[in-house]
Amino acid sequence: MALVLLVAPLLTGVIRKVKARLLRRQGPPVLQPYRDLLRLLRKDAIVAENASWLFRVAPYLIFATIWVATALVPTFATGLMFGWTADLIAIVALLGSARFLLALAGMDVGTSFGGIGSSREMLIASLAEPAMLLVVFTLALIAGSTQLSTVVSFMASSEVGLRVSLGLVFVSLVMIAIAENGRIPVDNPATHLELTMVHEAMVLEYSGRHLAMIEAAAALKLLLYVSLIACLFLPWGLASSNADLSQYTIGLGAYLSKLVVAASALAFFETTIAKMRVFRVPDFLGAALMLGLLGTLLMFVSRSL
Amino acid sequence: MSLTIALWSVAAFMTTAVLAIPFGRSLDIGQLVYAVCLLLCGGAFAIALFHLVGGSTATPELELPMGVPWIGAHFRLDALGAFFLVVVNLGGAAASLYGLGYHRHETAPNRVLPFFPAFLAAMNLVPLADDAFTFLLAWEFMSLVSWALVMTHHLERENARAGYIYLVMANFGTLALLLAFGLLAGEEGHYGFVAIRSGQHTTWISALVLTLTLLGAGSKAGIVPLHVWLPLAHPAAPSHVSALLSGVMTKIAVYGFIRIIFDLLGQPSWWSSMAVLLLGGVTAVMGVLYALMQHDLKRLLAYHTVENIGIIFIGIGLALGFQANGMRLPAALSLTAALFHVLNHSLFKSLLFFGAGAVLVATGQRSMEQLGGLVHRMPYTSFTFLLGCAAISALPPLNGFVSEWLIFQAMLQSPDLPQWGLKLLVPAVGGMLALSAALAATCFVKAYGISFLGRPRSDAARIAQEVDGFSLATMFLLSGLCLLAGVLPGFVTDGLAPVTVSLLAERMPVQSAMPWLSIVPIAATRSSYNGLLVFAFIATSAGLAAYVIHRFASRALRRAPAWDCGFPDPSPATQYTAGSFAQPIRRVFGSVVFRAREQVYIPPPGSIAPARLSVQLHDLAWDGIYTPLTHAVGVVGDRLNVMQFLTIRRYLTLVFLLLVTLLLVLTLWP
Repeated sequence: MALVLLVAPLLTGVIRKVKARLLRRQGPPVLQPYRDLLRLLRKDAIVAENASWLFRVAPYLIFATIWVATALVPTFATGLMFGWTADLIAIVALLGSARFLLALAGMDVGTSFGGIGSSREMLIASLAEPAMLLVVFTLALIAGSTQLSTVVSFMASSEVGLRVSLGLVFVSLVMIAIAENGRIPVDNPATHLELTMVHEAMVLEYSGRHLAMIEAAAALKLLLYVSLIACLFLPWGLASSNADLSQYTIGLGAYLSKLVVAASALAFFETTIAKMRVFRVPDFLGAALMLGLLGTLLMFVSRSL
Repeated sequence: MSLTIALWSVAAFMTTAVLAIPFGRSLDIGQLVYAVCLLLCGGAFAIALFHLVGGSTATPELELPMGVPWIGAHFRLDALGAFFLVVVNLGGAAASLYGLGYHRHETAPNRVLPFFPAFLAAMNLVPLADDAFTFLLAWEFMSLVSWALVMTHHLERENARAGYIYLVMANFGTLALLLAFGLLAGEEGHYGFVAIRSGQHTTWISALVLTLTLLGAGSKAGIVPLHVWLPLAHPAAPSHVSALLSGVMTKIAVYGFIRIIFDLLGQPSWWSSMAVLLLGGVTAVMGVLYALMQHDLKRLLAYHTVENIGIIFIGIGLALGFQANGMRLPAALSLTAALFHVLNHSLFKSLLFFGAGAVLVATGQRSMEQLGGLVHRMPYTSFTFLLGCAAISALPPLNGFVSEWLIFQAMLQSPDLPQWGLKLLVPAVGGMLALSAALAATCFVKAYGISFLGRPRSDAARIAQEVDGFSLATMFLLSGLCLLAGVLPGFVTDGLAPVTVSLLAERMPVQSAMPWLSIVPIAATRSSYNGLLVFAFIATSAGLAAYVIHRFASRALRRAPAWDCGFPDPSPATQYTAGSFAQPIRRVFGSVVFRAREQVYIPPPGSIAPARLSVQLHDLAWDGIYTPLTHAVGVVGDRLNVMQFLTIRRYLTLVFLLLVTLLLVLTLWP
C-alpha cells in the first residue's frame, strides 16, 4: 500500500518530463510532483463560502477509495495479503465510488464550471465503466476467475498463448485507461481553458490540502491503470506469492522499468495527438465498448470450438 | 402456527382499515392508525423472518371456508412467501413509521388512512395465497386499493390521468394472469396450487403461460414497454405510499412471476430465459435512460424503479436458463442475486422516496430545477439521501453493489450453457447491466447534485427546514440497513438459501462461515468479495490520511467567495440545471432512444424577446404501442356505434345468428 503511494507521483513526474523533452523543453524535474503535493499540504485550505461538509470530506474519501483500489492491484508480486477482499469487478466499482463522490463535490459549490465538469465526467464514465466491465468479463472467461491474483498468475503462466480476444481487450483497456485518467485526447490534465476542462473543472474550487488529496488520488488512479495493464498483459518478472528476496528484487526492478516504459509511451502518444471534441468522446469510448464486447463474444465462440 | 399469525395480522390490518373510515377525519386517529400498522408490520416481519431463517422446513397450510364454494380459500406459507413477507413488512413498517410524522402534512388524511392498512393487508395476503382464486382476489384487491391511494390528490389533473391509466393497466394485468391461471388449471379446472404443480403442460401451453405472466406480472412490475403507468402513478401518491408502491408492490409482482414460472409451471425451458433476459436488459437500460431525462425528483425515482425491476428480471432470467440446463448451483446463485436485489431495492427505493417526501414537505417542490443547496438546510436528510443514492448506484461498500456483483458472477458461469442463443445473449445482457449501472450513477449524481448541492434555485429551497424526528428516524434506519446489508452480505444470502432450496433444490454455499465474513459464490480462487474489509479499509485510510494531514501538515481553513475561474456569477440561475446536466447523455443516447429534438429560437436583431431552447422527447412506448392502440379502440368504437340505433328485429336477428354460431362452434370443437 505504501509503495503505490510513494511511486504514484513519480509516474506523473516522469510523464511530464518525457513530454517536455519531446517538445524540446527542459521540463520540471521528475520529483516535482512530490514538491507540489508537499507545498499544497502545507498551505491553508480556502473553501468557498457555501461549501458543505461533503465538499470537505470528499477529498479524503476519494483518496482513500482509490488508494484501497490501487493497493488491490498486484505491482511486483502476486498473492497480495488481502487480495481476496475485492475482485476485479469490485476494483472497478471502487473507482466508480470515487468518481461519484468527485462529481458530487464538483457540484457542491454551485458554479457552472463544477457542473460542466461533473456532467461530462459522468458522461465519459457511463461509457467507460461498461467497457471496463466487458474487459473484465473477457479476462475472467479466459482465466476462469475474476480474482485479480488468479488472473495474473494465469496470464504469467504459459497456458495463455496468443488469443485474438486478448488483443482486442488490450486495445480496449488502453482506451479506457486514457479516458478514465483524463489524458489527451479525451481530456487534458494541463489545461485551464474553460471549455476543454473535465477533471480540472470539477476540482476547480479545491485548494490546499484538499487539492493535494485529489491530485494524489489522480496520480494513484493513473498508477492503478498502468499497473493493471502491466500485470495483465506484461506479467514478466512478477514474483509469485512464495518467492524469496532476489525474486522480489527482480519483480520490483521489472515493475519500475515497466512504469517508465508506460510513462514514455503515454507521453509520446499524448504529444502526437490532438484533443478531441467532447462529443467525439462517446465515439472513442463506443469503440472501446465494442472492442470489449467483441472480445467477450469471440471468447465464447473460441471456448466452444 | 406462523401461517395463522400471518393471517390474523392480515385480518387486523383489515379491521384497522375499516375502523379508520368513520374516525379518519381527525389527525390524532391518523397517528394511531400508523402506530398500529407499525406494530402489525413489525410482528408480521418477525414471524416471517423467523419462518425463513428459523431452520424449519415445514410449510404450514390452511383451508378457510371462504370464496368460491367448492374450492374454498387455501393458504400456505413457504420459504418464498416468507421472504416476500419479510420484504413487504419491512417496507410497511418503515412506511408506517415515516407516516407517523409525514401524515400531518396531508390535507385530506381520511383519503389515505383507510386504504393504507388495507393496502398492507392485500400485500400480505398475496404471498400467502395457495390457490388461483385467492391469489387473483388478493392481487386485484391490492391493485384497487393502491389505485385509491394514487388518487389521494385527485383534484390535480395529472393525478386523475395517472389513476385512469393505472386502473386500465392493472386490470389488463389481472386479466392476463387470470388467463394464465386458466391455462395452468387445465381442462379439469384445478385451481389449487397443489394440483397445478403436479400438472403437466405442453410446450405451447408453457409458452402461452410465460407470455401471459410476463404481461400480467410484468405490467405490475413495470417491464418496458408495460411500464407507462408506473412513473405517472407512483409519484402521484403521498410519499410514504409512493415508497410502498415502488419499493414493495413491484416486488409482489416479482413474487407473482417467480411463483408461477418457477413453482407452478414446472421445469423451465431454455428459450423462456431468453425472453426474460432480453426484456430485463432492455428494461434496465431504458428505465435508467428515462430516469435521466426527468426533472421531477419523484418521477425520476419511479423511472428508476423500472431499471431495478430490469436488473431483478435479468437475475431471474439467468436462473431460468441455468435451471433449464440442470446447472443448479449457478441457478441458485442467480436467483439469490435477484432476490437479494429485491430486498436491496425495497430498502433504498423506500429510503429515497422518503427523502423526496422530506424535500417535498420542506420546500413544497418536486421539480429539481427549483431546489438546490438543501445540504445546508436539511443536513440529516441529505446525508441519508446520499447513502441511498450511493446504494442504488451500485457503489461499494453498500448493498446495491453486492447484488449486482452476484449477478455478474452468475453471468460468468454462462459459457457452460449448451445453447448458442443464451451463450451470446448473456454477455450482451451483461453489457446492458453494466451500462445501466453506470448510467444509474450518472442519474443519481444529477438527482443529488441538483437537488441537495449547489445554491438554492428558489425561495422555498432557501428557507427549507429539516423534517420531523419520525421521518428522520425512518431514513436513518433504512440507510443503516443499506450499509449493513452491504458489509455483511453473507448473512442475507444465507437467509435466502431456504428459498432457493425449495424452488431449485440447490443453494449457494454457506457464507457466514467464510473467513472474515467474505462472500464466495463458487470458489475462493474464482471470486470473492468482502464488504466489511473494503469498508474498514476505506474508513481507516481516509481517517488516517485526514489525521496525518491535520496533525502534521495544515489544519487551517479559510472561507472565501467561490473562485470559479475568476468570474463568479452572482445569480444561482447560472448554475448547471437538471436539464443541462443530462444534456450530454441526451445527445448521445437520446437522439435514437427518445427521438430527442432540440430547437433553438434566436430572436431577430433589435428584438428584445428572449432566446429559447426547446427540447422535444418522445416516449417510444407511447408512440409505438399505446397511441395507436387507443386510436384503434376509438375507431372500432365509432364503427360499432351504429349498433346502438338498430330496430328490435335486427337485434333479434343478431342474437339468433350469434346463437347459431356458438352452437356450430360447439359441435365442431374437437
